[in-house]
Amino acid sequence: MSEALRMEDVHKSFGKLEVLRGIDLALEEHEVVCLIGASGSGKSTLLRCVNLLEPIDSGRIVVGGDEVTDRAVDVNRVRREIGIVFQAFNLFPHMTVLQNVTLGPRKARGRSKAEAVAEGDRLLTRFGLLDKRDEYPDRLSGGQQQRVAIVRALAMQPRLLLLDEVTSALDPELVAEVLDVIRELASGGMTMLIATHEMGFARDVARRVCFLHEGRILEEGPPDEIFSAPREERTQQFLQRIVAAGRM
Amino acid sequence: MVVEAVVLVTALLLAVLRSLPGPVFFPIRALTVVYVDFFRGVPTILVILMLGQGIPALQLSWLPTDQIFWASVALVLVYTAYVSEVYRAGIESVHPSQEAAARSLGLTRAQALRHVVVPQAVRRVIPPLLNDFIGLQKDTALVSVLGIVEVLRQTQIDQAATFNGTYYLVAATLFVAITIPLARFTDWLVARDRRRQQAGRLA
Repeated sequence: MSEALRMEDVHKSFGKLEVLRGIDLALEEHEVVCLIGASGSGKSTLLRCVNLLEPIDSGRIVVGGDEVTDRAVDVNRVRREIGIVFQAFNLFPHMTVLQNVTLGPRKARGRSKAEAVAEGDRLLTRFGLLDKRDEYPDRLSGGQQQRVAIVRALAMQPRLLLLDEVTSALDPELVAEVLDVIRELASGGMTMLIATHEMGFARDVARRVCFLHEGRILEEGPPDEIFSAPREERTQQFLQRIVAAGRM
Repeated sequence: MVVEAVVLVTALLLAVLRSLPGPVFFPIRALTVVYVDFFRGVPTILVILMLGQGIPALQLSWLPTDQIFWASVALVLVYTAYVSEVYRAGIESVHPSQEAAARSLGLTRAQALRHVVVPQAVRRVIPPLLNDFIGLQKDTALVSVLGIVEVLRQTQIDQAATFNGTYYLVAATLFVAITIPLARFTDWLVARDRRRQQAGRLA
């Protein structure tokens, strides 16, 4: 089993605020890892650092054997290999669904239009979105928009997929359709690093769960261990609050 | 009008240059700021006089001496400054998450601007853009100071010959006849865009 991602002692500050205080994390290929933790614990920042949307202050990030934090590295080449799906979808509102999906393959990978459209149609079909291909994003429900965003990321055929609280902006009844897509990807062997507040989902999709607290991974392990018998007091407190909020 | 087409392109270029990030591009950004400050600060009529009378007076054989040409250049210079600020406001109004999404697909910064940021920015600034074009349309009257016979000049000539004040009314009607269709065309553009992107939402 080869390594998909390794982070070594990654630090990141915004001004005086130290958001990541030494993150060490490794993912193997086909592995699904969930990041849990309170808002502000650094989950999103961690993901944005992996595909270099945020430059890190110190440490190393290695993706598929290539050190991406090397200054000489071509960031655009790195990002082509890493997909990210955002909490707020971030679809391009002036483009149709199909244009959203084919933009990356055509412009960043240099695929022909016909090739990109064929692949886009195939993916949209697979996720039940083919009838929406010529719609603009604003005409779709939140769940459909987020599924399109996932398809857009997949169209680049990434080696690693980062998911940043992809269901947090959705109405409760739309959460399931998006989680189902992610489950399908997981069973298809996609390597994923997932920041989420959906504990039930984390429990059944993740091979490993990492609890982030104040910019550090305080505890990690198989989901059964983390959710049933957390060792750290902070983890226990966090999970108690989640239970109290009726989210688990 | 040729001037408007040229302004559309030069102003966008200027706005993009001004939005270049990083210390490397500081000189370019500084130049665009100086340019905009200067041409917005100097009265249009003064720029027209400087170029329209000043440059032909230099008697440089390789420069054109046509006053209409120089009056047009003056209008381009002034309106490029105004319009580039409109574009810049548009570019800055596109949420950074849009660029992040484009860059996350591996698009270069230039590609992200070209395919994601600028198309959205331009759609948003169509109404203020039209505002400036109406201003430009009306400012063509200023070139009369060079002795070029445009609508206003012709009106003054006719009015002086006949002492008939209604010529001014005719001139005003001419200007309005050009600007009103322009305004309705913009409204139509904006409405079409809105229909395309949001129709399903209203249902």
